[in-house]
Amino acid sequence: MADRLDIKELEQVVVRFSGDSGDGMQLAGNIFSTISATVGNSISTFPDYPADIRAPQGSLTGVSGFQVHIGAGQVYTPGDLCDVLVAMNAAAFKTQLRYAKPTATIIIDTDAFGPKDLEKAEFKTADYIAEMSVDPDRVIACPLTTMVKDALADTDMDQKSVLKCRNMFALGLVCWLFSRDLDVAFNFLREKFAKKPAIAEANIKVIQAGYDYGHNTHSSAMNVYRIDTKEKVPGRYMDITGNKATAYGFIAAAEKAGLQLYLGSYPITPATDVLHELSKHKSLGVKTVQCEDEIAGCASAVGASFAGALAVTSTSGPGICLKSEAMNLAVIMELPLVVLDVQRGGPATGLPTKSEQTDLLQVLFGRNGESPMPVLAALSPTDCFYAAYDAAKIALEHMTPVVLLTDAFVANGSGAFRLPDMAQMPAICPPYVPEELRGKWTPYMRDEATGSRYWAVPGREGFTHILGGLEKDNRTGAISTNPENHDLMTRLRAEKVARIQVPDLEVIGDKDDADLLIVGFGSTYGHLHAAMDELRAAGRKVALAQLRYLNPLPANTAEVLKRYPHVIVAEQNMGQLAAYLRMKVDGFVPAQFNQVKGQPFVVSELVAAFQQI
Amino acid sequence: MFTAQDYKKGQPRWCPGCGDHFFLANLHKALAEIGVAPQDIAVISGIGCSSRLPHYMATYGMNTIHGRAAAIATGVKVTNPRLDVWQISGDGDGLAIGGNHFIHANRRNIDLNMILLNNRIYGLTKGQYSPTSPRGFVSKSSPYGTVEDPFRPAELCFGARGHFFARAVATDAPGTIEVLKAARAHKGASVTEILQNCVIFNNGTHESVYTPAGRKKNAIYVRHGEKLVFGENSEYGLVQQGFGLKVVEIGKDGYTIDDILVHDAHAEDNTLQLKLALMGDGDGFPIALGVIRDVEAPTYNDAVEAQIAEVSAQKKYHTFAELLETNDIWEVK
Repeated sequence: MADRLDIKELEQVVVRFSGDSGDGMQLAGNIFSTISATVGNSISTFPDYPADIRAPQGSLTGVSGFQVHIGAGQVYTPGDLCDVLVAMNAAAFKTQLRYAKPTATIIIDTDAFGPKDLEKAEFKTADYIAEMSVDPDRVIACPLTTMVKDALADTDMDQKSVLKCRNMFALGLVCWLFSRDLDVAFNFLREKFAKKPAIAEANIKVIQAGYDYGHNTHSSAMNVYRIDTKEKVPGRYMDITGNKATAYGFIAAAEKAGLQLYLGSYPITPATDVLHELSKHKSLGVKTVQCEDEIAGCASAVGASFAGALAVTSTSGPGICLKSEAMNLAVIMELPLVVLDVQRGGPATGLPTKSEQTDLLQVLFGRNGESPMPVLAALSPTDCFYAAYDAAKIALEHMTPVVLLTDAFVANGSGAFRLPDMAQMPAICPPYVPEELRGKWTPYMRDEATGSRYWAVPGREGFTHILGGLEKDNRTGAISTNPENHDLMTRLRAEKVARIQVPDLEVIGDKDDADLLIVGFGSTYGHLHAAMDELRAAGRKVALAQLRYLNPLPANTAEVLKRYPHVIVAEQNMGQLAAYLRMKVDGFVPAQFNQVKGQPFVVSELVAAFQQI
Repeated sequence: MFTAQDYKKGQPRWCPGCGDHFFLANLHKALAEIGVAPQDIAVISGIGCSSRLPHYMATYGMNTIHGRAAAIATGVKVTNPRLDVWQISGDGDGLAIGGNHFIHANRRNIDLNMILLNNRIYGLTKGQYSPTSPRGFVSKSSPYGTVEDPFRPAELCFGARGHFFARAVATDAPGTIEVLKAARAHKGASVTEILQNCVIFNNGTHESVYTPAGRKKNAIYVRHGEKLVFGENSEYGLVQQGFGLKVVEIGKDGYTIDDILVHDAHAEDNTLQLKLALMGDGDGFPIALGVIRDVEAPTYNDAVEAQIAEVSAQKKYHTFAELLETNDIWEVK
């Protein structure tokens, strides 16, 4: 075909869809990433929602973005700056240009750049392209709204419904730009709007119109690109966000353990999608209670745990503040509980829709008394599934509350998730009281290997007992203020957590001869990996150790941290991991990279900083 | 068959004469009459003198953290609705720090037997006024008298759309056992207020009804379907007058027994029930004891189970593997 003659091969590309929060940018972005994943490209996505619930239409604060990074090989992040920016209105053009490379192609809807639109977006002149110092040759300026109306002129759709299809025109244009097969998009829409076939067909018509417009109008002026596929891992895949993957991890763990799943929660950004997801799955017996407050969310989960469920409470940083007392109750009663903290910008209400790693020390130490609690942090959207599963396994097998840290970035971001095989997932075996202890059992008798106490679930005859927030005698389980007993119980609780077996800290990159070791935890994995790759490509010997288990730390942590000449700890806070590691590893004094902007790391900034070490 | 002994454990550590002793003994007896096996009972308390109660029960139980008993009990009941869940709180635990959970447990109508042991004082912290202490009450934290009005538990329960409210005096064994059995029989959240004395920090707070003689004079036992009469010889009764109630002497001023109101605990409209519940406290009315409100309504825990059954029948996925298949899946070969 003629139009395929000038196709350029690309290794990777970043596309950012942006527009008013009602413009359907998330959907357009989602469909484009699904199409790309279907042909075997690696994908990483990041939705960037406005903080306002519904800012005035066309205003600067109401801009919603969706960035997708697609690659022939593995991509680890949604990308720093985009190669293609779709700006559906003047406000998006103005605010999103900072996320575009100087060479980026920019698609705009000229119909949304009228005098009023420009005024709302605070442009000073009518020549908005010049005002933003953009090379006009890089801009695909099309009267997109007009063309959508034309494309749907022969339907009986009302004006409002017609305008809702604008995102699909942009999608069609992007699909043309990257030589994407539209069939996948068509199938996606037909399934999504299965109950409204007319809407599906209208959307399809508009995508095709966008595609044809690109082909007919811009073929000579613009290059068309193709991202091929390498390093395929065969399997069946789905697109999954971090929050959905987390919910799935809990469901899978409950099923494996043969337990009911209970979620006590209170709506809070950016964790609420976990409550939404789990609330759907009544047919799997999942029970969710939307509680009166964060405290009740956690407290009711403690009750559910006592009654024999896999109990979870989900929240973000402000909710952890409120849950802390009930989390401590689970510590002293030694009941299994998973506390999910989807971190956001703080302190207080802070930046509710933005991402930070600023709760690490809070979840490790932010409770009264000696309160040891295992802490895990998920590395990526798809790892949320495995991290949630592992958190539940630790909680149930060691009779302890566990904190799982994710954050707005991994929770809202998505990746291609290879469907897990339940038969291959590790078994989960809670330490139920052995029958032979009948008549002799007291609540704090412990399994010798793990140090965890046994679980007697109400309803079981012969094992009635009382737990509580007051210190108990290790032998009898009765309330005790005996000094030696309290000292012993404190040590036993600490010992139980310390004994949890976690995998060794893995070092990737130049693990044998690195000059610089990068250390991070949780969700920065992708960005730190990408930065390491760039440094290595430039000839530097670099390795990366990303912590997934924060408490207990992997057994080889000290050895790894002391193995390399230079070490930098990079994190999205003011140095919480570095401080924690310095406390845990004698003589460890790392360099630090700290950024608290509420946005994901920028790989180029990381590379520039690491080059200084 | 069970006896009170089957629910008993340990030696209570409350002050001699504390109302908690009386209530505990009556709870043991009531449970024996109800006959639920100890392993099928969970007794959940918060923090306070009365919240020590689970330690003296041979059942499953938790003595948790201050104010959260209703929330914790909610998790227990939703997870295992077959358990008989008793939630024990004092007036501080239940209505001050735990006020939010108290109202929402009532609103949700989760099947908890909520016991409110009301001595109008913080005992464990040694004598501060509580949210049920009367205005002007002098305590360590209010040496010149409080400058705030108290909660009236029934009003709070009714305001939260509660469907069951009963009241008994801790020292009145038959009266307490009767309301505990009724609370257990009621499906949904039940609030049972126990009037009890704190001999150390608030001695005599419920003095007018604490003895049989006092109750004869100053209390009215209300029973569904029976005339609202009281007095040593049942010589007094309650009639409706205008927007309120009025005490009349039967046979005087033209009032006969036929004029006396018949108690309707099952009336959905709680107007008169609330009037009964608010009587007493030196207003010339007797204090109402017994089951004041007992109205059937759908319970939260039953509705959860019903929804699970209904959705399970509709949906085609019942395992995690089947759930995965409901997504848009592509294959990479």
